[in-house]
Amino acid sequence: MKWCPMRLEPIKNPSLARSLLPPAIALGTTVIIATLLAMVAGANAFSVIGLILSGAFGSQFALLETLNRATPLIFTGLAVAVAFRAKFWNIGAEAQLYAGALLTVMLGTGVLPWPSIALLPTLAVFSILAGAVVLLIPALLKTRFGVDEVVTTLLLNFIFLLFISMLLEGPLKDPMGMGWPKSARLIDEARLPRLVEGLRLHWGFGLAILSAICIWIIQTRSTLGYEMRAVGLNKQAAAFAGIPVNLVIVKTALLSGGLAALAGFSEVAGVKASLSLDLSPGFGYTGIIVAMLALLHPLGVIIAALFVAGIFVGADSMSRAAGVPTYLADIMLATALLLMVLAIMLTRFRVVRD
Amino acid sequence: MTDDHVEALSLNAITKRFGELTANDAVSFSVNKGEVVALLGENGAGKTTLMNILFGQYTADSGTVAVFGQTLPPGNSRAALDAGVGMVHQHFTLADNLTVQENITLGVRPLFSPRLARAAARAKIIDLSTKFHLVVSPDARVGSLTVGERQRVEILKALYRDVRILILDEPTAVLTPQETNDLFATLRLAIGEGLSIIFISHKLHEVMAIADRVVVLRHGKMTGRARTQDTDKRALAAMMMGAEANAPQVAPANPGPALLELHDVTTPNNASAPGLKSVSLALRAGQIIGLAGVSGNGQAAMADVVGGLGSPTGGHVALNGTRIQHWSPRAAVQNGIARIPEDRHKTGTIADFDLTENAILERYNTATFSRGGWLNWRKSRAFADAIIDKYDVRCPGADTPIRLLSGGNMQKLILGRVLEANPQIILANQPVRGLDIGAVNYVHSQLLAARDRGAAVLLISEDLDEVMALSDIIHVIANGRLSPAFGRGEMTPAQLGIWMAGQGFDEVVPHAT
Repeated sequence: MKWCPMRLEPIKNPSLARSLLPPAIALGTTVIIATLLAMVAGANAFSVIGLILSGAFGSQFALLETLNRATPLIFTGLAVAVAFRAKFWNIGAEAQLYAGALLTVMLGTGVLPWPSIALLPTLAVFSILAGAVVLLIPALLKTRFGVDEVVTTLLLNFIFLLFISMLLEGPLKDPMGMGWPKSARLIDEARLPRLVEGLRLHWGFGLAILSAICIWIIQTRSTLGYEMRAVGLNKQAAAFAGIPVNLVIVKTALLSGGLAALAGFSEVAGVKASLSLDLSPGFGYTGIIVAMLALLHPLGVIIAALFVAGIFVGADSMSRAAGVPTYLADIMLATALLLMVLAIMLTRFRVVRD
Repeated sequence: MTDDHVEALSLNAITKRFGELTANDAVSFSVNKGEVVALLGENGAGKTTLMNILFGQYTADSGTVAVFGQTLPPGNSRAALDAGVGMVHQHFTLADNLTVQENITLGVRPLFSPRLARAAARAKIIDLSTKFHLVVSPDARVGSLTVGERQRVEILKALYRDVRILILDEPTAVLTPQETNDLFATLRLAIGEGLSIIFISHKLHEVMAIADRVVVLRHGKMTGRARTQDTDKRALAAMMMGAEANAPQVAPANPGPALLELHDVTTPNNASAPGLKSVSLALRAGQIIGLAGVSGNGQAAMADVVGGLGSPTGGHVALNGTRIQHWSPRAAVQNGIARIPEDRHKTGTIADFDLTENAILERYNTATFSRGGWLNWRKSRAFADAIIDKYDVRCPGADTPIRLLSGGNMQKLILGRVLEANPQIILANQPVRGLDIGAVNYVHSQLLAARDRGAAVLLISEDLDEVMALSDIIHVIANGRLSPAFGRGEMTPAQLGIWMAGQGFDEVVPHAT
């Protein structure tokens, strides 16, 4: 059997073009593949992309919708980016998101009869703690017993969702909910106000941007950020130098879980006002895509989240206008992610044929 | 040996550039049939790049490679192998869980081959190992072999593939003097059979002992070639370094009080190496203690105990007379122990961190470089700049990722990182492994300077020459046991070699110094 062997040769100092061109080509190819699929679905190829763009960014309404949709993705994207930077593979942002949402409805439906200014920060803090605790379990299992966190965080998603489902059928069920598995509504003081009066964009978005900036500062300026990067890049050298590797992993997990939980807080307090099992259409998992597209950069997460949210919102509106199924959005994201991973590799390696 | 002037391998005007760096600048040399040519050069001189071009890992910008007159297609990694060129790398490429025979035949024939084919392979291996005095059992698991035996397997692997040209990259770095002599005997048998050998090394006396001709590389250029019979070590060193090399002059030591003491320290064995077995040792101010031994005899355990990575399961460690309770890398650093790790790539530095980030790696959390959990990048950068300046680290700047630096410059940064803290105790584990002579002398002079200002130095090295040149006191470590202390010049290399082979321990009751 004959085959053509190929090898990857690392590029020590990639040029600017080498760093930027492959990702750009990846995005371009994504658009081309999406266009071809839209043609298969019987739509005019060029109008589909136009419709997605205008549906996502074409009007004030569309833009705000995209920003709203991007908000939870920024949080989960940050959660994943922070964890992955330390090579702690948190696949469980979904569970942590629901943990944040759970605490928000537990404390925000009247138990604490406080004004907004006191109640909202309290809800946020308790959400963060809940998410942190949820991720603490896999982190301790990893550092104590060497249990693979990919498995534990992933499986905890299902466990936690079933737990929420149980609560929604039992103690948390809204007595006024006409039998739906849904929690009671938040009191008005527990609702996140609009960012600008009259525009459909809540403060969750502002909090998300603020979080991204904070994470960026922590990663570049704090000793914790330095430790997290060191542990992620070379555990052995970090341990030799005296960095408490396990403690850093636990701290990373707490931070990551807290960030993911803020997505749940922001969705409940800013959008849905109550907890049900359709709170997150996989924001936790999409956060992984967002983080990867952002190359794990906290500020890049904002841009990547806007891109992903834009595709979702745009595809919704395109689907209505052109009759192409919204699944096109999933395909576009999957394509973008796969091509981007390939592109990132090509920025650091070149393919050599033997 | 070189009467037969058949040109086995020739490299013609090989040039390779990486960006602004010219790794090989029109390098040409050839190897005749039945000849040993040594490739000598500093670290970063371009030896590895040249070998990578020969094996098609890199494509040369210009120039050609020919084997027995046949020009090899550039950038084809199979071409050189198919033409009969084999290489024994410094870091072995063997599968620990397979037997010697399986490792040798791996890639040549399927693992699940008919019994007959296996018997034939076995016969060939036994034949080769007798012919070349490469004693190793075909059925032994590679994981259970010593470093010297593994190297024999690597050489057998190449011979099994009927190589006509054998390249050895730093083959003696991990061997005892006796094993080195055995290796040289094997190589002489090989050239007697008409093989050609390229011997890559830093060690001048070995080059003089085994090579017929020497090719010297410096900064990617060929700075000299000579027949070994027409040259001497001093001349070769000059070609390598561009200046007359001078080994440090060692003044007599003036030992002070014991700073770090090991009392009957025992540590557990691990999979690949023995732990310490009731070892007592005192590191005194103003004294260099050299720990000689073949790799994997407890050096790692010793380095871990002194460096804070391991705690004894038996006995105890005392610092300035006080028994240590909580021992960790951070405690070691805080107590003034400078640690130069064995592997500067994997444990000494973080490849993707820049020089500044690597410079503060051990002390980023001290008041010098951070306050309240926030790093002071300005001070950190100034610290890195100071090291770069004072220790002559050649680099484009403190914001360069350290992986772009050569081994010597990386080591200088580590040296600066630990010495700038004015350490009382210095643990130098293989501090010059893989460095060129210039860097070696530099590191050695720094260690001596530290000794002279009153630091206690523990030098762990597999290079006997280094241990003998620097140490005021030598201990040999073998299978986790420590030999008695030998003063400077008390023992010959051959006598130390006997201890390194694990003999002598039971005749003498080891005593603490």
